Amino acid sequence: MRLQHGGQIDRGQKISFRFDGQYYKGHPGDTLASALLANDVRLMGRSFKYHRPRGVLAAGSEEPNALVELRTGGRQEPNTRATMVELFDGLQAMPQNAWPSLRFDALAINDRLSNFLTAGFYYKTFMWPAVFWEKLYEPIIRRAAGLGSITTRPDPDSYDKGYLHCDLLVIGAGPAGLMAALTAGRAGARVILADEDFRMGGRLNADRQTIADMAGADWAAQAVAELAQMPHVRLMPRCTVFGAFDHGIYGAVERVSDHLATPPEGKPRQTLWRIYSKRALVCAGAIERPIAFANNDRPGIMLAGALRAYANRWAVSPAQDVAIFTNNDTGHRSAADLMALGVHVAAVIDTRPDAPPLAGTEVLAGAQVTDSAGRLGLRAVTVRLGNGQSRKLSVGALGVSGGWNPNLGLTCHQRGRPLWDEGIAAFIPGATLAPGMAVAGAAMGQFSTHAALATGAEGARAALADLGHNTPAPDLPRAEDAPTRITPFWHVAGTKRAWLDFQNDVTIKDVKLAHQEGFEAVEHLKRYTTLGMATDQGKTANLGGLAVMAELTGQSIAQTGTTMFRPPYTPVALGALAGRSSGRDFRPTRLTPSHHWAREQSAVFVEAGLWLRAQYFPRAGESHWRESVDREVLATRASVGVCDVTTLGKVDVQGRDAAEFLNRIYCNGMAKLAVGRVRYGLMLREDGIVFDDGTAARLAEDHFVVTTTTANAVPVFRHMEFARQCLWPDLDVQLISTTEAWAQFALAGPKSRAVLERLVDGGFDLSNAGFPFMACAEVSICNGCRARLFRISFSGELAYELAVPARYGDALIRKIMEVGADYDITPYGTEALGVMRIEKGHAAGGELNGTTTARNLGLGRMVSTAKDSIGAVLSRREGLAAPDGLELVGLRPVNPQSQIPAGAHLLAQGAALVAANDLGHVTASCYSPNLGSYIALGFVKNGAARMGETLRAASPLTGVDLEVQITSPHFYDPEGERLRA
Amino acid sequence: MHDLAPLTALGTKAPQQEKIGLVTLAEAPDWALASVTARLGQEAACAAALAQTLGAGAPGVARYHGGPVLGAFWIAPHSWMVQAPYSAKPDLAAHLRGQLGPCASVTEQSSAWARCDVTGPAPLVAEMFARLCNLDMPQLPSGHARRTVIDHLGCYLLRGDGGAVSVYGPRSGAQSLWHALELAARSIV
Amino acid sequence: MIIPHPLLGPCDAQEFTYLGDASLIARPDGMAEGAADAFHDYLYLRDNPAGLHRELWYHEQGDRSWLVVTRNTLTHEIVKAELARDVARAEGRGR
Repeated sequence: MRLQHGGQIDRGQKISFRFDGQYYKGHPGDTLASALLANDVRLMGRSFKYHRPRGVLAAGSEEPNALVELRTGGRQEPNTRATMVELFDGLQAMPQNAWPSLRFDALAINDRLSNFLTAGFYYKTFMWPAVFWEKLYEPIIRRAAGLGSITTRPDPDSYDKGYLHCDLLVIGAGPAGLMAALTAGRAGARVILADEDFRMGGRLNADRQTIADMAGADWAAQAVAELAQMPHVRLMPRCTVFGAFDHGIYGAVERVSDHLATPPEGKPRQTLWRIYSKRALVCAGAIERPIAFANNDRPGIMLAGALRAYANRWAVSPAQDVAIFTNNDTGHRSAADLMALGVHVAAVIDTRPDAPPLAGTEVLAGAQVTDSAGRLGLRAVTVRLGNGQSRKLSVGALGVSGGWNPNLGLTCHQRGRPLWDEGIAAFIPGATLAPGMAVAGAAMGQFSTHAALATGAEGARAALADLGHNTPAPDLPRAEDAPTRITPFWHVAGTKRAWLDFQNDVTIKDVKLAHQEGFEAVEHLKRYTTLGMATDQGKTANLGGLAVMAELTGQSIAQTGTTMFRPPYTPVALGALAGRSSGRDFRPTRLTPSHHWAREQSAVFVEAGLWLRAQYFPRAGESHWRESVDREVLATRASVGVCDVTTLGKVDVQGRDAAEFLNRIYCNGMAKLAVGRVRYGLMLREDGIVFDDGTAARLAEDHFVVTTTTANAVPVFRHMEFARQCLWPDLDVQLISTTEAWAQFALAGPKSRAVLERLVDGGFDLSNAGFPFMACAEVSICNGCRARLFRISFSGELAYELAVPARYGDALIRKIMEVGADYDITPYGTEALGVMRIEKGHAAGGELNGTTTARNLGLGRMVSTAKDSIGAVLSRREGLAAPDGLELVGLRPVNPQSQIPAGAHLLAQGAALVAANDLGHVTASCYSPNLGSYIALGFVKNGAARMGETLRAASPLTGVDLEVQITSPHFYDPEGERLRA
Repeated sequence: MHDLAPLTALGTKAPQQEKIGLVTLAEAPDWALASVTARLGQEAACAAALAQTLGAGAPGVARYHGGPVLGAFWIAPHSWMVQAPYSAKPDLAAHLRGQLGPCASVTEQSSAWARCDVTGPAPLVAEMFARLCNLDMPQLPSGHARRTVIDHLGCYLLRGDGGAVSVYGPRSGAQSLWHALELAARSIV
Repeated sequence: MIIPHPLLGPCDAQEFTYLGDASLIARPDGMAEGAADAFHDYLYLRDNPAGLHRELWYHEQGDRSWLVVTRNTLTHEIVKAELARDVARAEGRGR
C-alpha cells in the first residue's frame, strides 16, 4: 500500500506498467518492487528449487527473490532484480520460475518432495545410469530449476565501451561517498562518483536521520548539486562498479537507457567503462542480513532496513500491520520510522534479553520468531517470548534484522582477505587491499552517519595526500553517531525448514547435511549446497550459512572464514562486455585499394583475416563459381590476368646493416642479393619450424622491401622488431611497416609485359634481358606516377607486381583494365590465385601452418649452414630432420574427375583407416582447368621417394575415399620456363 | 601531373564531411607523410637535421609540431612521422631524403594513413574519444601525439588547439574507423 | 595492468603483446660449438618464479618498443620497466 505522505516519488504523475499480465500504476521515482508493493503485490516470484512463493526481501542490488523477466521480444532480459528496475511507462515484467501461473505453480510439488531435494541431490540422484544424464535428467532439471529464460531473438539495442581517468574514484554515493567526493572535488581533484542507484544518497534516501539539521535525503541532494557544478567531477548514477582489477583499473557498467522504454536514437543501452583511477575509495555501504527461522521465506518477510527504505523513500508498506524481528538496535530504528509514517508496528521482537524499550510499540525482549503462516503471503508469525510462552501476531509484513555486513565485494577482488570484527559481528575489509584502494563508511564497519561522513572525508584526504596534495579537513555536518549495538543471533532453533539462501533454496538442514557428509570448509560448503551462488552471490546469505557451519564444527566464525567475492559484483550483460563489437561491427573491415572497382565488377568477396578480398569475378551466364575460376585461370595462363595483392605485408628495411639483418632473419642467404633484385625468403621460428615466407627486394645498398604473407604481417613485423631491439641492438637497421602505403597488383600471363609496356613511362627497358625474372626497380608510370615494379611470379607465368601509392590504386586498376583490353585482360580473385599456386606447387597457408619445416616443404636446402640465422640450429634437430619425415608432394586422383578433399588422410592402398596407418594428409586441393583434372598438394612420409605410388585418400568427415597418385608438386611448367620468358 | 586520379580512403573523389551535433568529422586526404628514423649512431645528427628542416625542434616523446608547412610527430624512439600538405610536397619522402642526408632512413607513408579531423567543443570531443580510446583527453594538451587503438585499429591521434583532434588510421580500415567515429559522436549528442 | 613505459609513462597492458622470459635476449651463437644444446636450453628451459620475473612485452599499439618488465607474478606489482634495447646492450649484446 502507498502511505499517505512522504517518499521521493512524483505523486503528480502516474505511469502504468504490467506485471504478470496485470496492469498497475506507479509514480516516477518508483522501482518495480516499490510500485508492486504499493499495489499490494507481495508475491513476485517462485523459488529456484522448491517453487515456494516469494516476495521481495531487500530494497537494493542484493535482492535474491524478486527476479523478473523484464521487457519483451528481443529486449527480454531474465533475472532482473525488481528492486533495481526503475519504473517507466509501459514497463512489462513477468515473474520467473512459475508455471502455469504465479499463484498456482505446478512444480510447487517440489516443496513436498523437499526431503529428496536436499544439498547434493544432483550428485546423488542423477548419477546413474550415465546415458540418462543428457537425454533425461538434464532437460528435466533445466526446465524445473534454473532462473529466467533468455530470448533467442537478436538484441535490437546497442552497447558501448569507454575509458575514464580520475585521481579518485569514489564507489557509492551514500554519506561516506558524498563526503569523500565533496572533499576531493573542492580540493580540485578529478573525481568520479559512481553509484548503482538512480538517485544518489544511499542510505540517506532510506532513513529519517538528519544531517546538518536537514533531512538526510535533502543534504544528499544538496551535495549532489554542489558536485554537479564542479567540471572536474563526474557524477555517474545508474553506474555499477563491478570489479577491481590490477593497478587501479575498475570495471563499471552505466545503465544509460535502462530506465527508458527504448534507448534514444544513437544512444547505447549500457556503457561498459574501464576506469583508470589513481586512487579509489570504496564507500559501498553495508548489507543487512536475515535471521533464519521456520518458514522465513514467505512474501512479506523482508529485511527490516528494506521495510524502512520502502516506507521512507517510496512511501510504501507491504502491509498496515507489521512487526520487527531483530538482534540489534537498527531494528528499533526501522520500527520507529514505520510508526512515524503511520504504519502500525505490532511489536519489536528482539532476541536480546536486555533489549531497550521503544516508544509507541511493545518490545518483546529475549523473544524469537518461531514460525510464520500465510500461503501466498504472510498472515501471522508465532513468537516464543522470553518467558517461554508463545504468542501469535497477525501481521502482513515482518522486518528482520540480523545485523549488517560491510559490503566487501570489491575489497576481495584483488585477493583482499576479510577480517572478523567481533564488535559488529561481521567481516570487515582486511588490511591488505588492492594498491590504491581504501574503504570508508559502513563498508569498513563504521555504521553511524557521522562516522560515514568522517571516514569519507578522511579517505579522500588520505588519497589526495598520497598523490601529493594536502587538503584541509572539512567541517563535518552534524549527524547521528549512535554506537553499533548487536548481540549475534543467527537462527532460531527448530526442526522445520529455515532458509539461509533464498535464491538457491538452501536451508539450515542443507548446511547440516554438508557438515555431516564432510563438506565443512567454506569453499566446499558453497559448492555442495550452492549457498551463495547464482545472481546474488549470497550477499544476504553467506554469513548465515557460515555461522551455522561454525556452530556445527564448534569453531568461531573467524576460524571458519569466509568465501571470497570475485568480479562481477552484480551480473553484467554480455552485450555490455561486447560493446560495439557485434554483428557487422564485430571487428573492423580492411578494404583493398581496388575494392570499389571490384564491387562495380560484381566481384564475390571473401574474408581473409580482416581483409575483404575479391574471391572471383563472375560474368553473365556463369552459374557456378568454378566456371568463373576456371575461366580466370585459363585466361591468365593464355594471355594476361590481374589481381590485387595489396594485402601481403610489406616491411621497409633500411640501414647500413639491413642486408646483414635480413641474412639473420631469413634462413637462406640475403647478404649478397644484388641491388635491383628480388629473392624468395624463408623465415623460421627459433624452434626450427617455418614461420613465414615472402620476398625481399633490394632497392638500394641500404634499402630493402620485404613482403610477408597476409596473415602473418603483424607477427612477422613484431618478430623483426624483437630481433632488432633485443638480439642485435647495434645493427644499423630501421624497420617500418608499409603494407598500407602501396596498392600492389599482380600482372600475370604471357601478355603481361605487353600490358606493362603501355603503363611504364618511356625509357625503361622491360625486355627479358633488361628486366629479368626476379628484378625490381623504382619506375614511373602513367606519365609520372611513382611506382615500384617487381618481376616475381606466384602464378608460374611471366608476371610482375606493380605498386603505386595506395591513393592511386583505384585509378591504376581501371587503367590496367583499359590498356589491357586489347589482350582480354582478366581480373582474377583469390580462388584463381589459389588454383595457380597449387598448379605451380607453391606453399601457402595450408602448408605453412606452424607445424612444418623447410625440409617438409622440400626446401631443406634453403637453410644455410654457412651462417647463423633464426631457427637454423634447431631445424637440424634429430626429430625435425628424420629421414621418413613428411615431404610435400603433388597428388592426382586416379579418376581425374574425383575431387580430393582437403584434410583427407593418406594411407597405403588397402590399409585400414586407422591412425597407425597414416602416411600423411592433403593440405590443398583444387580443380586444374589446365590439366583437366582435380589436383592436390599434401604431405607424405618420405614423399619424394614415392613418386608414382598410388595411395588411398580418405576423408571420414566428408565420406570420400579415393585413390590418388603421388606426383611432383610442380604440376605446371616444372622447369619454370614460362616465368623466365 | 600524371594520369592517375587519387581516391580518398573512404572511396570517393571528394573528402567526406559530417556534422553530428556540435562535432564535425572531416576526412582530410590531402596530407603527405613520410617516416624519418635516425640511423644508428646518428640520433643527434638526425634530430638536428630534422629540426632544421622543420624550423623547430624535433618533437620529443609523444609530442607533435604542427608547423606552417612541414609538421612532425614522434612515433618511436628516434623516429618521427613528418607531414605536409600534399600539394606542397607531393613527394615528401624524396624531399626529406634530400634535406636529411644519410643520417636518417626515410620511408614514404603518404597513402598509408587515412586522416580524419574532428572538431568541436573540447569537453564534447573529450567525451567522444572517451568512448573510442583509452587516452586521457583532458590531460593530453595541444601539441601531443599518441598512438592508440580505436575500434581495434592502431591509430595516431594528434591533439590540436581546443577541441581539435586529428586521427590517422590505417587506410584500408578507413571506413570502419569513420563508422566508429560517427557512432561515438552520435552517442554523445 | 598498467605498465610504466620508460618513455611514455603509464600504459595499459592491453596495448602490449607478451612474449615471455627476458632471458630470450640471451640468444646463443648459432655457429658456436655445442650450439644445438645451447639453443635447446635457450628456448625450452625457463624458470617459473613465484615472485619477481623479468619478462618481455612489446608495445605493439604504441611506440613499438620492446620492454623488459620486472613483475611480481604473485601480486602483479611491476617494479621496473626498461627499454629492452638498453637491457640487451647492458647484457653485452651488440651486432
